[in-house]
Amino acid sequence: MDFMQILQLVIPAAIFSAAPLIFTALGGVFSERSGVVNIGLEGLMLMGAFTGALFTILGEQWGMGAASPWFSLIVAIIVGMLFSLLHAVASISFKADQVVSGVALNFLAAGLAIFLVKKIFDAGQTPIIQERIYKTDVPLLSDIPFIGPLFFSSAYYTSYIAIALAFVVWWILFKTPFGLRLRSVGEHPMAADTMGINVTKMRYVAVMLSGGFAGLGGAVYATSIAGNFSHATISGQGFMALAAMIFGKWHPLGAMGAALFFGLAQSLSITGQQIPGLKEIPEVYLLISPYVLTILALAGLVGRADAPKAIGQPYEKGKR
Amino acid sequence: MKLLKGKWSNITVPVLSVALGLLVGGIIMLVSGYNPLVAYAALFNGIFSNSYVLGETIRQMTPLILSGLAVAFAFRTGLFNIGVEGQLLVGWLASVYVGLQFDGLSPIVHIPLAVLAAAVAGAMWAFVPGFLKAKYHVHEVITTIMMNYVALHVVNAIIRTYLLAPGERTDQINQSASLQSSFLQTITDFSRLHYGFVVAIIGAIIMWFLLWKTTTGYELRSVGFNKYASEYAGINVQRNIILSMVISGAFAGAAGAMEGLGTYGYMTVMADFTGVGFDGIAVALLGANSAFGVVLASALFGGLKIGALNMQSVAQVPTQLVEIVIAMIIFFVASSYLIHWISNRVNKRGKI
Repeated sequence: MDFMQILQLVIPAAIFSAAPLIFTALGGVFSERSGVVNIGLEGLMLMGAFTGALFTILGEQWGMGAASPWFSLIVAIIVGMLFSLLHAVASISFKADQVVSGVALNFLAAGLAIFLVKKIFDAGQTPIIQERIYKTDVPLLSDIPFIGPLFFSSAYYTSYIAIALAFVVWWILFKTPFGLRLRSVGEHPMAADTMGINVTKMRYVAVMLSGGFAGLGGAVYATSIAGNFSHATISGQGFMALAAMIFGKWHPLGAMGAALFFGLAQSLSITGQQIPGLKEIPEVYLLISPYVLTILALAGLVGRADAPKAIGQPYEKGKR
Repeated sequence: MKLLKGKWSNITVPVLSVALGLLVGGIIMLVSGYNPLVAYAALFNGIFSNSYVLGETIRQMTPLILSGLAVAFAFRTGLFNIGVEGQLLVGWLASVYVGLQFDGLSPIVHIPLAVLAAAVAGAMWAFVPGFLKAKYHVHEVITTIMMNYVALHVVNAIIRTYLLAPGERTDQINQSASLQSSFLQTITDFSRLHYGFVVAIIGAIIMWFLLWKTTTGYELRSVGFNKYASEYAGINVQRNIILSMVISGAFAGAAGAMEGLGTYGYMTVMADFTGVGFDGIAVALLGANSAFGVVLASALFGGLKIGALNMQSVAQVPTQLVEIVIAMIIFFVASSYLIHWISNRVNKRGKI
């Protein structure tokens, strides 16, 4: 097996498995940059995956054909935003501990999604969806030598959307007044308040954006990777996205890079058996690498990762 | 409304939250076409109606108490240990490993040894986030979450490489390390009740004693109230942060031993987490981080989980309803600000 073949095996797989992580990690960036910890990404992704599977099936029944998964993605964004409102209300308005509220959100999502699946389908999981988001060769670009086969052949459009969105989020956060306000609320809410920025409103918007993104991430996972929804569909991807966000130092492009890297580690743990040299490395090292690297990054051993200043603190007007 | 102020709020907020949680569960059942009254009656019967379900409820409580104690203990020092799940897994593995070794040892030695091994393993796993928090100010929430996944994959790898028996699991542990008891099973109509609940109760007493009757406990709580003041008073904050995580991890590891030595007697290759560690967060919150509160909250959640099975068979309500109720209870406890706010409102109106 020559080097090119190995790359062709690994890189598309990495981009493929990174897409849901990128979406969700970008959501995390919004929320945490505004000062709200979002441990609930896992639960939001779970609701997204459930919605993705459910509405693809409904779309098929309603005769939407190949458009059904795309329709489900849009519904999943809305469901994610609505579901994240619970976290927003509890942690912003009622000043609940943000971590606790996120944990509760994860519990609720796990319970609610399976409860609804059992109610609707009378089974532990949804049926397999017929209209999945399939791999395609991008016209023209896939004909470019070297780059074409690696990055533009048998790829998913959702992956390109994810990467493009990372740049859009970067632009929003760092080049628009809205982004500046959002970040200022996460660094020093009192100063922001003094300047006339509505801290509560900004944080609500940020948390709902994170819900929309995570919902999208979950739905992309369900419609492109899993193909249905069961209790095991989302098991840890949300936390891995959280890790990607931190490893990417709360920066959209960093988060994207980290998600791609984690995707690579995941794809290597699956395809590694086919690659000479990697066969000898036990799978477990690849499986734990995202988490270990994140811990090392936080400890300052792989570049210092500092959270936004006001993260985790509810804002109370007039409190010193 | 005196009940919502001062020391009473420790009791009224959880009780109100449970009531509200059950109310939301009832509304969800109503909306999705179930009869909440029938369902809740079945749930109640599923906890108390006979000795079998009672035995199962106590068995379910056992690891919950210990994982709740783990979360609560760290909370007292101002630390949020979400890593109970991972510490529990390494504890489970350690207890099973010791249970597989030392053939022919007396149970009086073997059982404590296995539980101790589990506690030490959990403590070591929790040491990492504690150390990183103390030395590098790394937030323990993130590191403990990451350590959970490391634990899951590492434990699976160890079982697959060294301890594998047919059926993706380890062998059954030696009888001398087992907490299972035919006596307890007989009196509870062959439930899986085992002697682990004694360990859990001892754990609760240890936590109470450590926190409230020793200098160390005083220091730990002091750091939880105010790090800076404690530092100023000459308390070694870093040492106490690490110590708190380590003790918390020991409780979590012991919770794993309850599964390893009691309920199962072996460990399987885990596809996912047990959930016991995450439930510990709910237990600690509802139990207001006190040893006694944790035991009560475990009884409630353990009971709900066992009762849910009867609820499903009698009223056809999926068991997940109980998870929804538990999640709502956490939301309400965490949002106690809301409950206080309402009570203040009512108070003001009452005066006018």
